[in-house]
Amino acid sequence: MDLQFTDAENSFRLKLRDWLSSVIPQLPHEPHRNDWIGRREYDSMWQRMLFDAGFAGINWPREYGGLGATPTEHLIFLEETERARAPYVGQNFVGLLHAGPTLITEASAEQKAFHLPAILKGEHIWCQGFSEPGAGSDLASLSCRAIRDGDDYVINGQKIWTSFGHTADYCEMLVRTDTDVPKHRGITWLIVPMGLPGMDVRPLRTLEGSTEFCEVFFDEVRVPVANRVGDENDGWRVAMVTLSFERGTAFVSEMLQSMELARDLAQLAKRITRNGVTAWDDAGLRRDIGRICAELDALWALTKRNISQAQRTGLVGPGGNVFKLAYAELRTRLGELAMHLLDRASLSIDDIGDLPTHAHVHGRIHALSLGIAAGTSQVQRNIVAERILGLPKER
Amino acid sequence: MDFELNDDERSLQEGIRSFLTGRCTIDVVRSNEETGGALDRALWQELGAVGVFSLRADGFGMTESVLAFEELGRSLVAGPLVASHLAATRMPAAANGSRIVGLIEPSEPVNIAEHLASLDDLVVVRPEGLFVVNPAEVVGVHAERPLDALTPITAVSHLPQGELIADAATAHIWHRDGMVLTAALQLGLCLASIDLAKQYAMQREQFGRPIGSFQAVKHLLADMLTKAEVTRAAVYAAAVNIDGRGDSTDLMQTARMAKMLAGDSALFCGKAGIQVHGGMGFTWEVDAQRYWKRACVLDTHFGNSDEHAAAFSAAL
Ligand SMILES: Cc1cc2nc3c(=O)[nH]c(=O)nc-3n(C[C@H](O)[C@H](O)[C@H](O)COP(=O)(O)OP(=O)(O)OC[C@H]3O[C@@H](n4cnc5c(N)ncnc54)[C@H](O)[C@@H]3O)c2cc1C
Repeated sequence: MDLQFTDAENSFRLKLRDWLSSVIPQLPHEPHRNDWIGRREYDSMWQRMLFDAGFAGINWPREYGGLGATPTEHLIFLEETERARAPYVGQNFVGLLHAGPTLITEASAEQKAFHLPAILKGEHIWCQGFSEPGAGSDLASLSCRAIRDGDDYVINGQKIWTSFGHTADYCEMLVRTDTDVPKHRGITWLIVPMGLPGMDVRPLRTLEGSTEFCEVFFDEVRVPVANRVGDENDGWRVAMVTLSFERGTAFVSEMLQSMELARDLAQLAKRITRNGVTAWDDAGLRRDIGRICAELDALWALTKRNISQAQRTGLVGPGGNVFKLAYAELRTRLGELAMHLLDRASLSIDDIGDLPTHAHVHGRIHALSLGIAAGTSQVQRNIVAERILGLPKER
Repeated sequence: MDFELNDDERSLQEGIRSFLTGRCTIDVVRSNEETGGALDRALWQELGAVGVFSLRADGFGMTESVLAFEELGRSLVAGPLVASHLAATRMPAAANGSRIVGLIEPSEPVNIAEHLASLDDLVVVRPEGLFVVNPAEVVGVHAERPLDALTPITAVSHLPQGELIADAATAHIWHRDGMVLTAALQLGLCLASIDLAKQYAMQREQFGRPIGSFQAVKHLLADMLTKAEVTRAAVYAAAVNIDGRGDSTDLMQTARMAKMLAGDSALFCGKAGIQVHGGMGFTWEVDAQRYWKRACVLDTHFGNSDEHAAAFSAAL
């Protein structure tokens, strides 16, 4: 075991750092948080810059235009972009990290030739249409129906929580193609162009007032059979293939952000004065911040273990399953501590006075979603207990 | 000893509850979000007519008052309820709801006022006494996005000294009673979060069964109720002590106990309520978030739970 980078890894880091330091200062201002079209353009511009510089699709195989980087190099990429305060993957998330990898392993040659370069260049934005009102934790029970009619599938039904559904060009979508077989066996994976006749996209408001996700309604929407990826009724397996692309890197940027936020909180505590003493004079608060920072460092070490495992075996072990649980809980504690420290100032979502309220209050709200999105903490615990420990199932 | 509600207490609480469930439905509360949280004067006067502000001015005690405030919290009623109640003994117009009286305990490093635009009078609670200020003379920056859309806030840059209306001892009592009344509102928030989450857990199905049949969800709800019932005991004890029928003469210490427990419990029930709702809990539409946000607001009133824990230990 060792935590040191090789010479090759270090020189990759330096090359990337050089490039970042030359381009970051010239980036335009980030668009307003609710300007989704503007944000799409911004994210696409950044993706195009990465592409032109040869850094796009870091984890994609070389034959599909990616860099074919190892998980460790991916980690370095994420560390350096975070350090340089480069833009996030943003609306390219689903294309680069979910739909793209699925297409790479499962799609036909024509589908790959058409879609993969467009994702890498930031030309096409993808969204994910998996969840439905009746199918969240129990995703396999999805009921959005696709019935074959000649060379088309005709889709009727609804999707929900479709992040960036209102700006995307394509949707990776799971539909029900057979109702007479066990639920996992009647699902098909489709490439659905957004904006087809009969599709209705309605933004949903989050509890923070943002409209980042949507409901998508389908009324007799026709999608060519040629848009199917994998066989009919084999969509569950196709969707699960993407999981094997999980290289332990999913939360790297967030982790780095949280570590910085926690350290900023310590500095903030040193300058917040109440009744003549600083918040930092309180031993209880110092202990809480110390504990959270140390636990974040430990989770960072776990991240590196997970990445190493992925590098060796292609799969993330138990560490991957426990990571999200531990992280969601820790991020919640960090948010709660920050809210208590800010006290009255935490009642504003935007910065107030000269306090960095937004980062902390937004962070607290974000932590609420960490225990829900992509598998709730309850379901994660079931997975750890049943799949890792081998305990009997509840149902 | 009989630490259970008597018939009069029970019927008073039921009376307030039936008024609120008829007049202050969650739809009415929510509709205020469209007006930036501006308070509805007609409703305020009706609250006055029901007696929620004047209870103690009318001879009832803190015990009856916390029972009423528990219901106000449960119904998510916004505005300076505690301030107007505290002011009612000195300001008749506060007692009947014809004037909306708010209060501020100057805070560091930013001084935050709530509902400033809706107030007729602002009482500044300082250690040296109570001071009345004309809200129009308060200078500050209105926050564009308050955490709780029903609690508009202003970062105050200039707060006039105001006119002294009561001495330090009275200010101390306002602070203490404010803690207990706020704790009652927080208790109500816990109960409302539990009701909503329980309903959802019974009706929402995944894997072919109600999610409430999963132990993970049951345990979340059981933890919520456990916290709420411990909080209820703490709040009622603090109130009974203030009314002179308690088991402790350290009224400040029992008030702290109540406010600390209630603050932590309301935040816990708020977030657990969101969790039980899954993705729906993260939407604006579902009320689970409203209870959590109000819990965040009330925790900062009259000192947050950390402050009270520290103060509690100082007396040991
Ligand atoms: C911010 C955000 C972004 C999202 N983006 C997308 C997206 O882009 N595309 C997409 O398809 N989906 C997306 N989702 C949806 C997300 O994957 C679902 O919300 C999640 O899977 C939970 O499903 P649900 O909301 O239906 O909750 P439910 O499954 O109804 O869960 C409700 C409660 O029941 C509990 N529960 C359910 N089953 C069990 C069980 N077996 N044992 C114990 N407890 C259980 C849950 O833990 C939860 O507390 C997003 C969600 C959020 C919050």
